[in-house]
Amino acid sequence: MPVTIGGFVRAILVVGAVSGPAAAAEAADIKPAVVFDLGTKYDKSFNEGVFNGTERFRKEFNVPVAEFEPANETQFEQAHRRFAQRGQDPILAVGFNQASVVDRIAKDFPDTRFSLIDGVSKLPNVQSVLFREQEGSFLVGMLAAMASKTGKVGFVGGMDIPLIRRFACGYGQGVRYADAKAELIQNMTGTTPSAWNDPGRGAELARGQFDRGVDVVFAAAGATGLGVLQAAKDAGKLSIGVDSNQNHLHPGSVLTSMVKRVDVAAFDSFKEARDGTWKGGVSVLGLKDGAIDWALDDNNKALITADMKSRVDAAKADIISGKIKVVDYMEGNSCPP
Amino acid sequence: MSPGQTAQAAIELRGVSKSFGPVKAVRDVSLAIPDGAVAGIVGENGAGKSTLMNLVYGLVSPDAGEMLVRGREAVLSGPGDAIRLGIGMVHQHFMLVDTFTVAENVALGAEGSALLRPSLAAARRALGRIADEHGLRVDPDAIVGDLPVGEQQRVEILKVLYRGARILILDEPTAVLTPGETDALFRVLRGLSAGGVTVVLVTHKLREIMAATDGVFVMRGGRLVASRPTRETSPGELATLMIGDHGRSVLLPDATSRRRPAVQPEGFPGDAGVHRPHAEAAAASGPRSTQHAVSLDLRAGEIVGVAGVAGNGQGELLEVLAGMRPLAGGRIGLGGREVTPAAPCDPAAMRALGVAHVPEHRHRHGIVEEFTAAETAILGYEADPGLGRRRLDGRAAERSCAGLMARFDVRPPDPRHLSGRFSGGNQQKLVIGREISARPRILLVGQPTRGVDIGAIAAIHREIRALRDEGCAILLVSAELDEIAALADRVLVMLRGRIAGEVPADADPETLGLLMSGAGRERDAA
Amino acid sequence: MRAGGTLPRWAELGLVPLLDVLCAFLAAALVVLAIGVSPLAVLRAILAGALGDAGALGYTLYYATNFVFTGLAVALAFHAGLFNIGGEGQAILGGLGTGLVALALDRVLPGWLLLPVAIAAAALFGAGWAAIPAWLQARRGSHIVITTIMFNFIAAALLVYLLVNVLIAPGSMSPETRAFQPAASLPLAHDGLRALGFAAAPSPLNASGLVALAAAAAVWFTLWHTRFGYRLRVMGLNPGAALYAGIPIGRMTVGVLCLSGALAGMVGINEILGVQHRLILNFSAGYGFGGIAVALMGRNHPAGIVLASLLFGILNQGGAEISFDIPAVSREMVTVIQGLVILFSGALAGFSRPLARGLLAFAGAALSRRAGAPASREG
Repeated sequence: MPVTIGGFVRAILVVGAVSGPAAAAEAADIKPAVVFDLGTKYDKSFNEGVFNGTERFRKEFNVPVAEFEPANETQFEQAHRRFAQRGQDPILAVGFNQASVVDRIAKDFPDTRFSLIDGVSKLPNVQSVLFREQEGSFLVGMLAAMASKTGKVGFVGGMDIPLIRRFACGYGQGVRYADAKAELIQNMTGTTPSAWNDPGRGAELARGQFDRGVDVVFAAAGATGLGVLQAAKDAGKLSIGVDSNQNHLHPGSVLTSMVKRVDVAAFDSFKEARDGTWKGGVSVLGLKDGAIDWALDDNNKALITADMKSRVDAAKADIISGKIKVVDYMEGNSCPP
Repeated sequence: MSPGQTAQAAIELRGVSKSFGPVKAVRDVSLAIPDGAVAGIVGENGAGKSTLMNLVYGLVSPDAGEMLVRGREAVLSGPGDAIRLGIGMVHQHFMLVDTFTVAENVALGAEGSALLRPSLAAARRALGRIADEHGLRVDPDAIVGDLPVGEQQRVEILKVLYRGARILILDEPTAVLTPGETDALFRVLRGLSAGGVTVVLVTHKLREIMAATDGVFVMRGGRLVASRPTRETSPGELATLMIGDHGRSVLLPDATSRRRPAVQPEGFPGDAGVHRPHAEAAAASGPRSTQHAVSLDLRAGEIVGVAGVAGNGQGELLEVLAGMRPLAGGRIGLGGREVTPAAPCDPAAMRALGVAHVPEHRHRHGIVEEFTAAETAILGYEADPGLGRRRLDGRAAERSCAGLMARFDVRPPDPRHLSGRFSGGNQQKLVIGREISARPRILLVGQPTRGVDIGAIAAIHREIRALRDEGCAILLVSAELDEIAALADRVLVMLRGRIAGEVPADADPETLGLLMSGAGRERDAA
Repeated sequence: MRAGGTLPRWAELGLVPLLDVLCAFLAAALVVLAIGVSPLAVLRAILAGALGDAGALGYTLYYATNFVFTGLAVALAFHAGLFNIGGEGQAILGGLGTGLVALALDRVLPGWLLLPVAIAAAALFGAGWAAIPAWLQARRGSHIVITTIMFNFIAAALLVYLLVNVLIAPGSMSPETRAFQPAASLPLAHDGLRALGFAAAPSPLNASGLVALAAAAAVWFTLWHTRFGYRLRVMGLNPGAALYAGIPIGRMTVGVLCLSGALAGMVGINEILGVQHRLILNFSAGYGFGGIAVALMGRNHPAGIVLASLLFGILNQGGAEISFDIPAVSREMVTVIQGLVILFSGALAGFSRPLARGLLAFAGAALSRRAGAPASREG
């Protein structure tokens, strides 16, 4: 039962019996809260995408949104528990790191609704939203390979974790789909949480890849990516943004962005709660739903030739139709070579 | 140094005195150094040479007396004033930046402009001029760290000359030099003197005085005791002047305590102690360490004094015997036990063998300033089962420390007083008390009365003698010849890491001085 | 060493640190005022958030537990003149060790047997991780400040590798292991209180808090009542004296750093056995570095470290709570306030000593005036 909100189609795949709190016909007074992922709220990427969604909700409906920016992993649990105790509802948890915490807290507060982005909990009062990042990564991988003059493209990830491998894996498949001979150079930023918030290191890694002949680099590393984009601009190379549309950061240098509409997911979660249509369960969103896409706007249209656009659009249609099967790293914890 | 010479004196001192607390470092010194001369100042450690030079350089200000530079009265409030008056000092420890070039080092601190380039160019020009004038050639672009020590010293001299010095003070300049470099330095000093620079050479090496100076001033106990034209004196005379007359010393050897112990303690048959003439000690690395074999034997019930100018290997000898430095060769026989490089012995094991050690450097080795007296009093003996079977019984340590303090008259007699807050003499009594209380078979003592007041000296000497009379073998290293004369039964003289000779305790100071300065045997040895 | 006169011991140990913290709060108050928030409201929010109820107190003590462990680790090494910056990595390894034991044995052993083994594993892994830099310093002269920092990164990388490639629960999105069986959980404080008939809000405070107190007592005893501790202090205060006394410096270096690493490894039991009940990434969360500030503030004394840890616990918990009550105070502001406290009572320690001296003199004068006697200069 697809629900259409502002052109964004969301398919809810119901897993198990779902019985969320009773739906109210009238718009209810809600006290929404959000617990951001590690890093910073203004990362121009993942967290900021969520923030844009919650801000839009706050402005549109004039409902205050409580926020918490955790300094470390242990504060996730504290924040959720504190919000739940204060009667905040629904509570939005951002990032896979919070999955186990939401699982635990949702059990203690069965009447509070939780929305979890990038993680899965099977409790009835948790709405889990996952994205098929591999699909969007595939498309930007194609663009990278087509835009590259050297035949070498780069990838800078945050941490070597399954989620980022999913980005890298989809990207690699797209690169090879467009140019079977293209070479892909990958780097991970670090092994500690600062890996998501280290633009300096990001720039360093990008420069290292440029030195090895890379001329298009895709950053999937939170705020670290800002450094990658800057380094590409400084070196006269191309970069690809992630999560939010980052084309405007360096017009003419950012080739495109792999857009993951976490803002819409965040907005919808609160709006559904307000409208009384909120339901628990797991939804997996991809190209088909418009939740994942590549960004084309005034800032980058000069970089995308008509041929590139047509090939990518064709591939996009093939992925949606199932003609192209993009392998999800997490399904088998492996990636085709 | 009559007043008539004032006109041509580069520096003249009139009745200068300086005290640090109760210590009178310089007493009523009057002297005049003629312009363009190379003057030597000799004296034992603590004779007041360094303080006198610090007075001249403005590092300390005199309590009384006045100083004239080229006939004009000068009151210095710091080295800056001295430099303005053309007085420069080359310190024993170089003050150079190793990673800078010679020119950069010379310009350092005298840049004269905010930009580096003009001052560097000026330094380079001046270096060329000074080099021509005095024959002091050094490559201005060489990195100082790459230069040999002798050339680094030349850079120090250049630095001082670059600042316009016409009076050059060198404090123990040859301490770090090889003999070849020393000769080169003396040639440079001669050249400077010929060019009109006045040179003051502070040293305790008589050979250098004889080789390099025109005139020499001898200091002892803070006083200027003599001045001689170098040509009219001899090393022997200078040594006698430096050491002074034993007869006036308060530290008269106690005739009755000289006798050998009547009773041999058990386990010490005949000549025990460090047995047989083989403590072939050779120290480890380091440019100044001794690498020479030393053989000596030490018998129960005797005190062997080791005399010598500081830095001739006495300290290293003690540390090797105490197990603090590895043995490079030879062996040490201790009763039954043999120590060799292959079978080394750490200080703890040495203690277990009955070797106690009063270290030369009290603060560096002997005490822990932040510890209470009780804690310092068990240093090295903390394994003693009397201090508790498993845990370390602090109360037992305090009780035994209180006993030690009573016996050795340590003041204040408070085991919880912090070690660093005792006076030097009381710290030393604490250390000596600790080592003597261990009832050692062998006691190694370095500088037992350095920085200790007269009253405590007498007490410390009494305890050392008493231990000897109980049958302990004692090796005494001291820079104070009076002390060695007062305590030792026989005296070894060390020179450049070797035993230069043995003399009886009542040898006359001139013989001793000759041996110490190497003037006597050096040629035979070489 | 000290400028001016000396203060009585109680003032040196109690009054001066207290005034240091007060100065820090005053400086922080100015910063808070500058962004237009009442400093009193912030202070109230911190205190209420950290100490206001049993749950809040539990959180505060839970944070303090980690700081006690890492603070003791730093202090113990510091007494031996060794600067262990590797608490972070040793904590990670401690968690890894305890987690591996829990994963391997939680279906086999009963809790009373499993927990001691898991705790020992945390100590052993932490010690082992510290032993390598220690050995490198003792044998090769590689400075432990450098090597322990590098080992922090190696530890983090090792944990990421193991969690992503080896230990990850099958089908999991996030790099973490499966949850342990209940046998591998340390008893929680609120469960214990409930068993005794007291209702307490749930908090992560668990039995490792008691382990931390025991560790503090053990460190105190070791330092001042054992031969090992005596030698350790000689080494730290005067290495020359250690050489003179025949203390085996190489062996001691390894031994001390192993103990230090074992203490830091205990963070793993609080986090993994006490709270997370599974092995996750980044559970060390900077406690290893926080321990340096805690040790500095606690003057390297176990009692001081316990108190400093409490203060850090309050700042951590209260600081997290501010953002719930006063949204204008961002996370960065909280970091600034915490930084000021560390600055004043760590780097500027003793900053308020003249103030303390003045206060004492003033109090002394007031007292003697009341007694009708002339003011005493001793105070």
